[in-house]
Amino acid sequence: MAEKLPAKERMKITRQEMSNQDPDERKNNFDEVPFGFTEETALIEAQRCLECPKAPCIKGCPVEVDIPGFIRLVLEKDFAGAARKIKETNALPAVCGRVCPQEEQCEMVCVLSKKFKPVAVGHLERFVADYERENNLTELPEIAPPTGRKVAVVGSGPAGLTVAGDLVKLGHKVTIFEALHKPGGVLVYGIPEFRLPKKIVQAECDFLAQMGVEFKNSTVVGKLDTIDELLEMGYDSVFIGTGAGLPNFMGLEGENLIGIYSANEYLTRSNLMRAFDGDSYDTPIIHGKNVAVLGGGNTAMDAVRTAIRLGAENAYIVYRRSEFEMPARKEEIHHAMEEGVQFHLLTNPIKFIGDENSKVKQMECIKMELGEPDDSGRRRPVPIADSNFILDIDLVVVAIGNSSNPLIPATTPGLECNRWGNIIADEKTMLTSRKGVFAGGDIVTGGATVILAAGAGKVAARAMHAYMMGKSVEETATT
Amino acid sequence: MPKVIDNMQIGPMVWKMRVEVPHLVEKAKAGQFVILRVNEEGERVPMSIAGLDRENGLLTIIYQVVGKTSGLMTTIEDGGEIADCVGPLGVASHVEKWGTTVVVGGGIGIAPVFPIAQAYKEAGNKVISIIGARNEELLFYRDEHKSVADEFYPCTDDGSFGHHGFVSDVLKKLMDDGVKIGMVMAIGPVPMMRVVANLTKEYNVSTWVSLNPLMIDGTGMCGGCRVTIGGETKFACVDGPDFDGHQVDFDLLSARLSAYREQEQAAMKKMLDDPNCRLHESVQNFKYPEPRKA
Repeated sequence: MAEKLPAKERMKITRQEMSNQDPDERKNNFDEVPFGFTEETALIEAQRCLECPKAPCIKGCPVEVDIPGFIRLVLEKDFAGAARKIKETNALPAVCGRVCPQEEQCEMVCVLSKKFKPVAVGHLERFVADYERENNLTELPEIAPPTGRKVAVVGSGPAGLTVAGDLVKLGHKVTIFEALHKPGGVLVYGIPEFRLPKKIVQAECDFLAQMGVEFKNSTVVGKLDTIDELLEMGYDSVFIGTGAGLPNFMGLEGENLIGIYSANEYLTRSNLMRAFDGDSYDTPIIHGKNVAVLGGGNTAMDAVRTAIRLGAENAYIVYRRSEFEMPARKEEIHHAMEEGVQFHLLTNPIKFIGDENSKVKQMECIKMELGEPDDSGRRRPVPIADSNFILDIDLVVVAIGNSSNPLIPATTPGLECNRWGNIIADEKTMLTSRKGVFAGGDIVTGGATVILAAGAGKVAARAMHAYMMGKSVEETATT
Repeated sequence: MPKVIDNMQIGPMVWKMRVEVPHLVEKAKAGQFVILRVNEEGERVPMSIAGLDRENGLLTIIYQVVGKTSGLMTTIEDGGEIADCVGPLGVASHVEKWGTTVVVGGGIGIAPVFPIAQAYKEAGNKVISIIGARNEELLFYRDEHKSVADEFYPCTDDGSFGHHGFVSDVLKKLMDDGVKIGMVMAIGPVPMMRVVANLTKEYNVSTWVSLNPLMIDGTGMCGGCRVTIGGETKFACVDGPDFDGHQVDFDLLSARLSAYREQEQAAMKKMLDDPNCRLHESVQNFKYPEPRKA
């Protein structure tokens, strides 16, 4: 075990950062941007954790990972043990170590962050998960004896994978139904290779399969079988984790011209269908020279950085508020800037102009200024009169969010939804208005994060287990 | 992986494939579609349902070679496999008893309009079937249509079979003769559907058309299949594929279908130029046809 330094000494250590692929190089490839910690940097960083008795980081994590506990194991050089410690509460550490907004969660409340930089929890999480996988140290957890109960999980994104993992461990027979031909949901179709390599998602799914989870891909629940039919077929309980469904558009003139994609379509073509590798894969994608991505979230950053890699000479983020209000992670905005993305902030598109072949060629925009705060607490952008200007573009990606997919609510009588079409689920149990039917993730909350979806999956799994074992679902809510 | 029972050529560049997907076939209804991939590297291609053999769990699709993916499909041997086949997708065709109905099939659209004709017939309608193609060789599914139609009007552009002219000529004559039509269902190339819809609008006859825009997932997630219907954006995969023909913006549909034409042609050329090209010999001399004038 590495010698633990006195607290004073530990605080003198500067936060370790991962080295990154050079921006000029990575602009031309889809390989992952950060290289990850080495054993050496991981050990130095692990020294920085003060092991505070109150451990505010644990409360800062939506799934309450025992952060000081796993960092202690890092210090003991038991890296695989550290990964297993995380997996006690989070089934997807290699994913979350990469895409969680740690700066708003565990790292934000780290005691060190008051005077120094917080412990790099995310980088450490990524390191131990990668170490375990790359060294084939992944061990199958103990699986409880079969309960004889069957569970249907609809959707294989972070919520569904978490539910499946937790319930299979408890001895239930779990089947995941996925509409696309590959499992992983947004982790596969949405998040690009350079931020989350697909082999990692595949490894997580393979691991679940080894534990006994059955995957039924290319199966659209609500079209092939309905939720009611699944219950009739003998599934004792159903979890709906179908994600945020339909992409939003702005309803602007010219929005259906060729060369205007939803972020879902653009990213799905590139990520799931692997259009970025046009020599090997058949799905086409438009390689824009002048690309405007509308929106300021992580999805917008993923899209604009994909455009850069697909050869854009000018790649713009067009966002109606200022940088301060951008919902994207700071790290993603920073990466985008390094890669040469140009930001048109306080700018809103008002119409699209096409050429004689109905291909988009220009976008008319208007400048905005910030007025009074709106319902979200962010200052409302207001158009500045006569500030219109034209941007020459040949590709637009609309990344302004999604609304819920009606496929399942429309085919499930008695399943209550709110006025936005999101399924209503009890936040302590994720139980819906239908007996034995639970839901979680973006289909309940609207667009959120991977870890919140995984957290909802955890809650649901606990309640589903209780329900199937004949216990009160409500009782489990507080345990 | 779904098994391909048989895959045979039924006309120049036109093929018929039967895929064993019992669960899908059990649930599918006329007017719905499927999405399939030929192989791991392949595109997801939407295909209309051209027949459902519920007894044997077989799905029939009819496809025309228009590019690389459809070209590759011709190489699948009887008893072979495709990577995947998902469905049924889309909303089933609306069927009720209207009295006299007309189904219009143009080109490759002759196939998917046939199960709809069957459904109309089963609902107690009189079914008039008008099908058209460039020439006799391309006028497939004649026996199928004849078997269900009360009146059957085949048409060819060159007069090699049936009426010498367009499907719309026959439909116009029926309406001019005072046949009272409760519903028209038209499936075919965009120019054909446009002509039929414009015609029936003049005569105030309700008309469905089935739209086939480009799409990826088929469940509403990508929005690639958006079409403008009565000035509003709809997703063909979840709101359609059937829409009121009098409300469709056909110009936009036509334009969006051409979004990847250059890439498609380059991919096809690359495949044909490859000395190891495995395509069926009748496809090897593939040429892009001149646009058909309506």
